[in-house]
Amino acid sequence: MEVPDTFYQLVETACRDLYIKSLKEIPPDIVAAIQRAAETETKEVAKRIFSHYLQSIALGREKNMMVCQDTGIPIYWVEIGGNLRLDGAKLSDAIVRGTERATREHPLRSSIVSPLRRENRQTNTGERIPIIHYDFVRDSDVLDILFMPKGSGSENMSFMKMLVPADGINGIKRFVLEQVVGAGPKPCPPTIVGVGIGGSSDLCMTLAKKATTRPLGSRNPDPEIAALELELFEAINQTGIGPQGLGGNTTALAVHIESAWTHITCNPVAVNMQCWRAERRRARLWADGRVEEGF
Amino acid sequence: MAEFHFKTPLTEDDVRQLRVGDSVLLDGIVFGVRDGNLIRIFDQKIAPPCDWRGAALLHTAPNVRKLGPGKYEPVCVGTTTSMRMDRFTEGLLRDYGVRAILGKGGLSQASAALMQRYGAVYLSVTGGAAAMETLQIEEIEKVYWEDLMPECIWQFRFKALGPMTVGIDAHGGNLQHDVQAQAQQKTAELLRKMGVT
Repeated sequence: MEVPDTFYQLVETACRDLYIKSLKEIPPDIVAAIQRAAETETKEVAKRIFSHYLQSIALGREKNMMVCQDTGIPIYWVEIGGNLRLDGAKLSDAIVRGTERATREHPLRSSIVSPLRRENRQTNTGERIPIIHYDFVRDSDVLDILFMPKGSGSENMSFMKMLVPADGINGIKRFVLEQVVGAGPKPCPPTIVGVGIGGSSDLCMTLAKKATTRPLGSRNPDPEIAALELELFEAINQTGIGPQGLGGNTTALAVHIESAWTHITCNPVAVNMQCWRAERRRARLWADGRVEEGF
Repeated sequence: MAEFHFKTPLTEDDVRQLRVGDSVLLDGIVFGVRDGNLIRIFDQKIAPPCDWRGAALLHTAPNVRKLGPGKYEPVCVGTTTSMRMDRFTEGLLRDYGVRAILGKGGLSQASAALMQRYGAVYLSVTGGAAAMETLQIEEIEKVYWEDLMPECIWQFRFKALGPMTVGIDAHGGNLQHDVQAQAQQKTAELLRKMGVT
């Protein structure tokens, strides 16, 4: 079905709202996990930190405040239903305009600069920013947008290595554990640890980031990978890093792994982390103008 | 673990009382600094236009609403990762007399040694909990170097900022470093148990 011209306006408004609301309302699965971590924590300093997390979550919801000051790198994961007929260039333009409107109208801090001159347009956009990933869904009538304002504290803790096949699964385990411990307090633990395995170097890191967007409690459908998620999750939570790296029982909220097939000579692994707030927000749009929001 | 409540500017006696794990509240002026303005001070050698003797510096870059020329109100003010600014510790303590660096994630052992030498502390603010921190601001009194927006030098006036955790004390203690070092030891043991050799 052909989308009407008004559809792009709808996308623009939806993207503006996703950006602003994602900074204020922490996803319910994350809130529940932080509450559980707070209840089971035994160390005094860590208990205090968790109480600050919960207070800030509540202020976001009840007083319509941004929970964290970092407006992040705006990242959109867009899934286009195969039955929709639309202009991809207009779609991208609408997403950029939505990002700029959120920044101007709220207002939000512009966290985006050029890499060398560090020029800031005060729009949270720039060359190749926002980052937009496109995917396509067979037999679907809807446009799904998943937004994440990716904070830099956790994004700066991104690691990838081209392991070789002889390194095997043990090489993957060692790399993930050592990077998470090496990152220590910097990504604002407890984190969602996203892991990519396989693919090319670029796809591997994209998978690691995609893995951080999965809701808590989800498992990789491959039982061997799901077992690896659990094994790494339990190991990371025995390191004692705790919230803000000040010591405690919960260092990760989850380990999520996404995979792709790879070259016979390759065994790539990537780690990308999400801070304790793990902000994400979805919108589903129909050609007739309906919009549904979720996480 | 003791609890303290100070008013800025801080004295050497104030900060020498503190030990890692203690909890601290601060009233008064706190300056917001970060990458952009510290690079200007130390790499481009332009002195900051404010007196930092006894100062508390917060690693931040806020979301603000402009009210008029040079006048802003806070929208959301939080704390950023300190380790990126680790190499500026010595200059801040030695040349400018700073007594407390406030941030998240901790600073290096080299910074801890400098804090012991010059009499300064690192106070760990709860990262990501900016909503709470924002409500503790009474006013953004001044802003310097607006051309660096949002990486200006911000002069905030806080009422009971915190509670913050003493991450580095003036006696060589470095809590976040110790936790991480223990985690690294534990990692070797965990990998052995997982059959990863």
